[in-house]
Amino acid sequence: MSTPLILLILAIIAVVCYVVGTRHALAIAGGLSSKLHSRPGYYGAFVAICAVLPAAVVLAAWLIASPFYINSTVRGGFPEDVKARSVAEQGLAFGMVSSLARGMDVLTLEEIDRVGSNPAELRNTLGTKGVALAGDPEPYMVASAGDLNAMNKISNRVMTAVVLIVALIGAGLSYNRISHRFRARNRVERVILGALVVASSIAIITTVGIVMSMLTEAGHFFGRVPAWEFFFGTVWDPRFAAAGTTASEGQFGLIPLLLGTLYIGLVAMLVAVPVGLFSAIYMSEYASPRLRSVAKPLLEVLAGIPTIVYGFFALTTVGPFLRDLSADINGIVTGNAMNFIQAQSVLTAGFVMGIMLIPYVSSLSDDIITAVPRALRDGSLGLGATKSETIKKVVMPAALPGVVGALLMTASRAIGETMIVVLAAGVAARMQLNPFEPMTTVTVKIVSQLTGDLEFTSPQTLVAFALGITLFVITLCLNIYALFIVRKYREQYE
Amino acid sequence: MTDVVSSPAGVLAKPARRDIGIKRRYAAERRFRAYGIAALSFGLLFLALLLWSVVSKGYTAFQQTMITVPVEFSEQIIDKDNERATDPQKLLTANYPLIARNAVAKALGVAEGDRAGLRAVNQMISDAVRGQLRDMVVANPQIVGTTQTVSLLAAGDVDSAFKGQIDLTVTENNRKVSDQQVGWMNQLAEAGALGKHFNTGIFVNGNSSRPEAAGVGVALIGSFYMMLIVLVLALPIGVAASIYLEEFAPKNKFTDLIEVNINNLAAVPSIVYGLLGLAVFINFMGLPRSASLVGGLVLTLMTLPTIIIATRAALKAVPPSIRAAALGLGASKMQTIFHHVLPLAMPGILTGTIIGLAHALGETAPLLLIGMVAFVANYPTTPMDPSTALPVQIYMWANEAERAFVERTSGAIIILLLFLIVMNVGAILLRRRFERRW
Repeated sequence: MSTPLILLILAIIAVVCYVVGTRHALAIAGGLSSKLHSRPGYYGAFVAICAVLPAAVVLAAWLIASPFYINSTVRGGFPEDVKARSVAEQGLAFGMVSSLARGMDVLTLEEIDRVGSNPAELRNTLGTKGVALAGDPEPYMVASAGDLNAMNKISNRVMTAVVLIVALIGAGLSYNRISHRFRARNRVERVILGALVVASSIAIITTVGIVMSMLTEAGHFFGRVPAWEFFFGTVWDPRFAAAGTTASEGQFGLIPLLLGTLYIGLVAMLVAVPVGLFSAIYMSEYASPRLRSVAKPLLEVLAGIPTIVYGFFALTTVGPFLRDLSADINGIVTGNAMNFIQAQSVLTAGFVMGIMLIPYVSSLSDDIITAVPRALRDGSLGLGATKSETIKKVVMPAALPGVVGALLMTASRAIGETMIVVLAAGVAARMQLNPFEPMTTVTVKIVSQLTGDLEFTSPQTLVAFALGITLFVITLCLNIYALFIVRKYREQYE
Repeated sequence: MTDVVSSPAGVLAKPARRDIGIKRRYAAERRFRAYGIAALSFGLLFLALLLWSVVSKGYTAFQQTMITVPVEFSEQIIDKDNERATDPQKLLTANYPLIARNAVAKALGVAEGDRAGLRAVNQMISDAVRGQLRDMVVANPQIVGTTQTVSLLAAGDVDSAFKGQIDLTVTENNRKVSDQQVGWMNQLAEAGALGKHFNTGIFVNGNSSRPEAAGVGVALIGSFYMMLIVLVLALPIGVAASIYLEEFAPKNKFTDLIEVNINNLAAVPSIVYGLLGLAVFINFMGLPRSASLVGGLVLTLMTLPTIIIATRAALKAVPPSIRAAALGLGASKMQTIFHHVLPLAMPGILTGTIIGLAHALGETAPLLLIGMVAFVANYPTTPMDPSTALPVQIYMWANEAERAFVERTSGAIIILLLFLIVMNVGAILLRRRFERRW
């Protein structure tokens, strides 16, 4: 039976158990639910949980474990000369066997008879059925594929039987436990609590997954390219090579990418910080409530626009505008109408990213500025300071740690931003300081290394994970530091 | 006093006020205020500019130029030897573009022997008419041999020219439509045969290398599947996690760790989630590439922190008196939360969920890494089939060189923004309608 079908049956069993359990509990109490410890539904839920939960655990364990067992048994059955080959070749052979097995499921009995003795025929026959084989199967593979199919079939049957039996046993045992004094609610609630704990550990699992997956793949990469060449290399030249050819390994220097990331981030912050901060100050200190109630949500719309839209805006509007503008300026000043700003440049990407970041800066700082106690302002105004002097000399120093925290969080967003730079920053990994020229970033290179047609084991692909872990660590440090500053600050007025 | 005595006139004149820089300080005040206004206007100006640039480029994408002419489904061309009853391939492989060309040429009065003229006519019709006419014939083989009035897709360049997006003052050799074709275009338009129609294709078609036939249909389905997966997975898990953290969790190291973790996950760059999806879901678990299932899972992980943070805030906002009352009446803690606290927190939770979904809908970077940039022209039937997503489709079109794709890209962005507006307005209305102030 297929897995979805088993799940469906389990779901039906659960519903039946719930109904039967509820009725049984009511019957025991003679129709008066007040005589039961828990409300009747809890008894039904208890029976349903006892039936389905262990069965589902068995099902999951079986589904995870059985392929490992079956695969190793089938591989163990390979002829000795195959076993002597390299791991990769054995893997290829096993891949063939499993696609053969899949194909043989589709064939009718007489077709199997016809091709049984002739492996070469098999490939053509399977081809017409839509199962493509990488090469001509060797005779032992056909035998292994037959074994594989047989074992899978047996495993599936035994699994179905075991799961259903476990479900029925669970249902029967729990059904018999129903009585007046049985504390069904407490049992059910304990299971629910368990589920809540599992749900909240998903956050941990995700983090562990991120770190582990990146570390393993980056580890493979550092096995091919020394770590110091990656972290301190100044040349990025991965040398794309077609799969299978043994071209030179290329150079994977992180420095130019990191420089580009920081430079574009810097330009973005130069736009976002003054604009965002002044907007926040104006909205919290000067603006009338009416203006504030209109302007604040409007500014926050900027944060809700997907970054791909900003990227497109940079690519089709801002980039060409800056390019033409620079050509005009050059034409007026020197008479030579050559553009000195490229359409894809640090300036374009940084500027548009800065616009995207304005609402982050403004709403975070707005909250912090508003949190500064009224008394501080009143004291300063009472001493004769103007409003702006109060803001500059009293409010901002008090809000500074929080604002710095907010800016750090914004900076981490700038560093991790992808779509704007992919479309507007260019792909050339260069080390230079002219903001009018294209540069590239860590995120751009992650995307470009992983969207090609390279085999997954090549360092050209694996380097993306090394870049990813670098990015993760940088943003994590920035965020933790920002969180630390913000938390420390918050305690001052509480 | 000595001053006054020494100059008798000074008794009447007010003493000159000591210059304490009031003017300077007030000027500084005004300047500061002006900076604030300037900053705010700068932000709002660019919001307006961004929206204007997208809308002004994209609104034309919702209209498509069509050439409506009588098309003769000539038996001579489609099925010369009358084999269609025995060979179904015949109808599938017939030379439909020729039929379309002949129809338009006839309407324009181009002679059959005029080879250059016929080639120019052919360039005015989209290659997509092959599929259009074929589908008509396959659906209804009776029309072979008859003449039907059909609206044919005009080629992308004619479409652009008719919408006035091609500068016709440029020398003829430097633009994609010749003067002759422009003349024909105007001739057909005057005869009422060529005109702009509402473009349903952009909503239903799959991707295509021809801008006039490209649409976001497949991407919409892919995005829909992903949003469904995110909703089904992230909402229950997020709510369950928040309930535990907010209501049950003891204050210890483990809970602290989870909290710090969730805050950090909310700030991890989205592309890192793409790497996670690639390494775990595709390489380790062997799920298919380009499938909306994988995209949905990745976006779920990405959206979870947002939902958890919103849900916790909503739970916190429910006053303790509700809990105390329920507990006092003998409800268990679990009953208190599920029967009383959670329903009261629901508007806040749903608002947070919708905003999280809106973010997930616009997210592009992680989807690029799990192979959703594939060129998909066919509708996916299950979440396991190759598919693409709306923002990824925008990214792919943004990289196309052809002029007509700029219009399509902007059109797709408008569709995406409309979805986001609907979701966000829905969230605001939900909050307005159901939010309670305690």
